[in-house]
Amino acid sequence: MKSEPEQKSKRSKDKKRVFGAGIARGLRVTMKGLLGRAITTSYPEHKLVVSKRFRGNEFVWYPARCTGCSTCAKSCPHGNIEVVTRRGNNAYEVEKFEIDTGRCMFCGLCVESCPYDALCLGRGYELAKYRRGDLVLEKEAMQESEKRKPSGYFRPKIEKTLPAQTLLIERAGRKSRKKKESVP
Amino acid sequence: MAPIQSAEQTVLAIRPEGLPAFWPADNPWLHALVFIVASIAFALVMVIVFIYVERRGVARFQLRLGPNRAGPEGVLQAVADLIKLLLKEDIVPRLADKVVHLLAPIVATVPAFMVFAVVPLWGDGAMLADLNAGVLYFIAISSFGVVGVFMAGWASSNKYSLISAMRGVAQMVSYEIPLVMALLGVVVFAGTLSLNGIVDAQSIPFALLQPLAAVIYFLAMSAEINRTPFDLLEAESEIIAGYHTEYSGMKFALFYVAEYGHAVAGAAIFATFFLGGWKGPVLPPVLWLVIKMLVVFFVGFWARATLPRLRVDQVMGLGWKALLPLAVINVLIAAVEVLFWPSGTTQWLLVPINIAIGALLVFLWSRTVSLRGGRVEVRTRAEVKA
Amino acid sequence: MEATETRTEPFVINLGPHHPSTHGVFRMRVTFDGEVVVDVEPMFGYLHRGIEKLAEGRTYTQIIPLTDRLDYLASMTNNWGYVMAVEKLAGVPVPERAEYLRVIVGEMMRISSHLLATGFLINELGAFFTPLMYMYREREKILDLFDMLCGQRLTYNYMRVGGVSHDPPPEFWPAVKRFVREMPGYIDEYEGLVTTNEIVLARTKDVGVLSKELAINASASGPFLRATGVDWDLRRDDTYSIYDRFKFDIPVGTNGDVFDRYMCRIQEMRQCCRIIEQALQQIPRGEFRARLPHLVRPPAGEVYGHIEAPRGELGFYLVSDNSIAPYRFHVRPSTMINLTTLRDLTIGWKLADLIVIFGSIDVVLGEIDR
Repeated sequence: MKSEPEQKSKRSKDKKRVFGAGIARGLRVTMKGLLGRAITTSYPEHKLVVSKRFRGNEFVWYPARCTGCSTCAKSCPHGNIEVVTRRGNNAYEVEKFEIDTGRCMFCGLCVESCPYDALCLGRGYELAKYRRGDLVLEKEAMQESEKRKPSGYFRPKIEKTLPAQTLLIERAGRKSRKKKESVP
Repeated sequence: MAPIQSAEQTVLAIRPEGLPAFWPADNPWLHALVFIVASIAFALVMVIVFIYVERRGVARFQLRLGPNRAGPEGVLQAVADLIKLLLKEDIVPRLADKVVHLLAPIVATVPAFMVFAVVPLWGDGAMLADLNAGVLYFIAISSFGVVGVFMAGWASSNKYSLISAMRGVAQMVSYEIPLVMALLGVVVFAGTLSLNGIVDAQSIPFALLQPLAAVIYFLAMSAEINRTPFDLLEAESEIIAGYHTEYSGMKFALFYVAEYGHAVAGAAIFATFFLGGWKGPVLPPVLWLVIKMLVVFFVGFWARATLPRLRVDQVMGLGWKALLPLAVINVLIAAVEVLFWPSGTTQWLLVPINIAIGALLVFLWSRTVSLRGGRVEVRTRAEVKA
Repeated sequence: MEATETRTEPFVINLGPHHPSTHGVFRMRVTFDGEVVVDVEPMFGYLHRGIEKLAEGRTYTQIIPLTDRLDYLASMTNNWGYVMAVEKLAGVPVPERAEYLRVIVGEMMRISSHLLATGFLINELGAFFTPLMYMYREREKILDLFDMLCGQRLTYNYMRVGGVSHDPPPEFWPAVKRFVREMPGYIDEYEGLVTTNEIVLARTKDVGVLSKELAINASASGPFLRATGVDWDLRRDDTYSIYDRFKFDIPVGTNGDVFDRYMCRIQEMRQCCRIIEQALQQIPRGEFRARLPHLVRPPAGEVYGHIEAPRGELGFYLVSDNSIAPYRFHVRPSTMINLTTLRDLTIGWKLADLIVIFGSIDVVLGEIDR
């Protein structure tokens, strides 16, 4: 603890300001904000590009690559992935491949563990559903299509093809000299 | 200086020179009807304008875009909100005092609009009633709003609302005094209690002649209409929504209108008393008034976007320890100046003198008055039992 | 005339769990005398999800996403604290580059967490969201970078036992450098907006003073402890990871009041920038993740790993029975232990101060209730 006289001297030092000086300083800062540009965007008209590794709401599953090994199902912390296979001609045929995204927390461990790159996370984020049952993704619904694009999470080959993410620091940063930054 | 009107003059003293020639000045009923409708329409339109300006303005202060969906650039947002609130269920708590609960929003809203009876809105003398005691009327009416607040807080049977109501009464009662004292300085200079007379007397805006009074009035007004940093009544982070926590639907909308109605009235009064009201070149008088009101309001929400709020005892301390003595000293100085300074062209010399005096007084007070501390020694229940 | 005795009657308010300023679902049963707080009884558990029990049924890797959900405003450091404990238990070496990456993201997490802590504190003082929005702007930049790194903005799941899950993409580095370069300017801006403001000073100075003795007895930690003047920071005093390679100061307060807590956080953000700058210069090339089997199976034993999370000492106690899942998983939540001083801090202050003092402790209910 500070001793009593020390505290008192600190207090009296604070008092020597004119009431209003600090407030005026704050008002100046907010005025700068008023004159600056807004950092938010009008959402449905202006959409930002999500990260290349975005862990989005839909999974993309490639039936040709999947062997039905169920590593993804084992790695899921909540056990949301259900895989049923049937013995086929020299390989397993995947009869059922379901992910219950209603209980999924998008940790991405299933995608990380897949040895054949057969499962990818998606890039979508506007997939609200009216019923809980609609959140269970079945294998037909999970295949890649025009609307359903895979994300580059743990898939470096896909990552390279994706557009660059919008960064707030580039839109709302201070103006600075262009300088080549080295990549460590 | 405008002559002080005698008490024999009629209450509806119409000054025809500001009105068009065909105006039926001899028919007080028609005059009253037209001006009542016009004043309330003006106030309601200004409420919508203020809501829009504040929401967009504060959003820009906060680097946001603000409401921009309803109508072009979001101008119809207030209308959309109103429709939503009209269609909402009206919930009354089971333990509420039903009658008082119903009356409270009405009592809170009406005084905000009654103020406009004495404000010269449309030009010289073009107002509902050029009362020779206009200032008194304004003070009496504007302090009436607190009754609605207290009724709401009491009737809701909610502890947050009750705390808010208690805060409201304490705050409004104590800020009424510096507010009146600040106006007194202006009245001394103008020599009249009529608001139109006060506007007439402003060859130099009273904000320059009475800078300290303007500052005190602005702060006291902020406290009266519960705006930051004195928005203790609806301190969201402390007491949810304060006195209107238990209100929904149209009753809540009325409180919302009342809040902004008081802000509009406060801005109009400030513009009238300190910024020369409707006076101004080229543009029509009412436009000048609106511009001045918006300037006053801009300062208000600029502060709202910047400042945190004071604690309840600090608000009281500021009111009683700083604003009241400063206002009294200001009245004294104004009286001395009016008595001994020759009125006329040399009056503008008072501007730098009064600004210097005001700055000196503020400096002195900020050196002496402290709002720190505030811990109260209490005995806990266990200690009371022991 | 007979004199009648007037007296006041204390009344009880349930502040929360639905209240704008309780940082989630915290509930205080407060006894007021007028506006003065007479008694405070904290009640929590509204956000209990049983994470400690859930963890016992999951493999060591599967627990990492669960730790994201403890202190959800500082998920990176939660990940870090947990994987450090597991690495200690299993004796896994961590590559150099991974350690540097952990320091960089950990310190960015600290900045982001302190931004929210101070922003919400000012909001609870009654500011109408403006300082908070300014601070959100910088937090958003950090979240953008984390998003780039691991694909999520809040629940990162970035750290792995023996490293981190991803190496940053090339566009990450210029963005981080730019952020570190600009951040001190923004901190100056906050200080201009808040630190010298008379109303903030009147509301926070000498309010809610925590004494050194009480802080130590309550085993408080983090900026909450350092504001009282106790110079204790695990990054320096029980060095973990590679913090011994960086030069940084540990800001310490004098009074232990709300203002000192605020100032400690602001100063700490500046120091975080310093650490990140040094880490960016020193970071080597190489592996970012040790080669390990898919399932970690540590030897039987127990371990306590702790790190200096933004809100204080975050500890993980693990017991292993040589299986793929921990036998026991326990979290030492920093904010819950800081919160135990609430009653002593708030009694005698007003309702408005109660909210501010509670805000200055900077709790996150996800960690308290687990």
